[in-house]
Amino acid sequence: MIELSNLHKSFDGASVLKGINTTFEKGKTNLIIGQSGSGKTVLLKCMLGLFTPDKGDICYDNRHYSKMSIKGKRNLRKEMGMLFQGSALFDSLNVENNVMFPLKMFTNNPYNAMLDRVNTVLKRVNLENVNHKYPAELSGGMQKRVALARAIVMNPKYLFCDEPNSGLDPKTAIVIDNLIQEITKEFDIITVINSHDMNSVMEIGEKIIFLKDGIKAWEGNNKEILRTTNEAVSDFVYSSELLKKVRKAYL
Amino acid sequence: MNYIEHVGKYFSMLRQVLRKPQKWSVFRDSLFREIQDLGINSVGIVAFISFFVGGVVVIQTALNLENPLIPKYLIGYASRESLILEFSPTLLSIILAGKVGSFISSSIGTMRVTEQIDALEVMGVNSLNYLVLPKIIATVLFYPFLITISIFLGIVGGYVAGNITNLVLSADYVSGIRYDFDPFHITYSLIKTAVFAFVIATIPSYHGYFVKGGAIEVGRSSTKAVVWTSVVIIFLNYILTQLLLGK
Repeated sequence: MIELSNLHKSFDGASVLKGINTTFEKGKTNLIIGQSGSGKTVLLKCMLGLFTPDKGDICYDNRHYSKMSIKGKRNLRKEMGMLFQGSALFDSLNVENNVMFPLKMFTNNPYNAMLDRVNTVLKRVNLENVNHKYPAELSGGMQKRVALARAIVMNPKYLFCDEPNSGLDPKTAIVIDNLIQEITKEFDIITVINSHDMNSVMEIGEKIIFLKDGIKAWEGNNKEILRTTNEAVSDFVYSSELLKKVRKAYL
Repeated sequence: MNYIEHVGKYFSMLRQVLRKPQKWSVFRDSLFREIQDLGINSVGIVAFISFFVGGVVVIQTALNLENPLIPKYLIGYASRESLILEFSPTLLSIILAGKVGSFISSSIGTMRVTEQIDALEVMGVNSLNYLVLPKIIATVLFYPFLITISIFLGIVGGYVAGNITNLVLSADYVSGIRYDFDPFHITYSLIKTAVFAFVIATIPSYHGYFVKGGAIEVGRSSTKAVVWTSVVIIFLNYILTQLLLGK
């Protein structure tokens, strides 16, 4: 379980996170939603250790991040997988070497064993025969799948995804969402996803926290969000007339 | 941010860079890739520039030594000294600062703005060590070799130019090249080159690594990297010359 306690973060005096408290559970797809500038990415980067919170603590399965040594933090990061918004694949490496990179860096496995693992995870994200292609030769959806394969190749305990659907068509977006959810269940990991895609919220939102101006304004799941009376959440989720009608019909 | 802060941040970056690589096999692969990108890919331009500049140095020296009392072999001597002492180590390093420095700064800067550096950090990789150390080793090891080629081709270029223009006889030129040769000048040249190579690898890396923003900022950081690398090379050239050759 990941527990956030009273998390604060500011930049140049501007407060971005104002006392976030929540938990993210194992085997669930946890979504952080909110408008642009609400603090989603900062929260995710704090969980990844890319930003240091000004106040508060993050606890990973009873391990307090603020009390860890630099080596401990680096070791913790080896248990994390991250799917970046822009995929963040290494341009100079082909698909195979991109996915193999964490294995080469942190294991002493023989090359053939690493290659087997790479092929297994690529197959798991429904990508085959692309081993020798470079990121620039792949479509956006394929890049996301390669990035997901790289994120899970080390069997992480924690999977973080920043806007996994950005720049994808709705059909491919659902494929990526379902893949993330399947992997979460299959490997029994804690998955935290930053999103403002309503399809994702409805499809895979087993736990949802809604951020507004750096404050957790609502918490629930994809069933509860349909019935919520919280005005800020309703305004955000049902921002279009069509969705308002859908919600009305559902209720 | 003022200059002192930049200097402090640069040296604090070096503390992260100059550490034992996390995995030697990965480091070795990166090192070979950097030797290819930063060294071998520069051989062509270095050879071309050195050959023709060697020729120009001989022609200009010959045209400025018209006094019949001055022996012609001094043309070869003066050309050799200017190639070994200044042109090859310093001016070529400035040219390489433009070619290689902009490449380093823009490639690391692009990795920063496309979150590839964040991806390395999230994996638990010391990104500075992984990205910059192979560049330092590659340039510091390879550039002295590159400069040696440059000195040789500069002298050959001078020989060819002297022959074609008939400004200096082959025998005079060769005699000048061999006249009063001090091997320490080669050592001085190679020491300077190794120091400049370190500067060429690290200053652009600093500018690329700490870039914030998008494509425009990457371009700006690249320009700044080349300017500052050249300034530091010129400054260190003075310091090293004073230290190594000054009486």
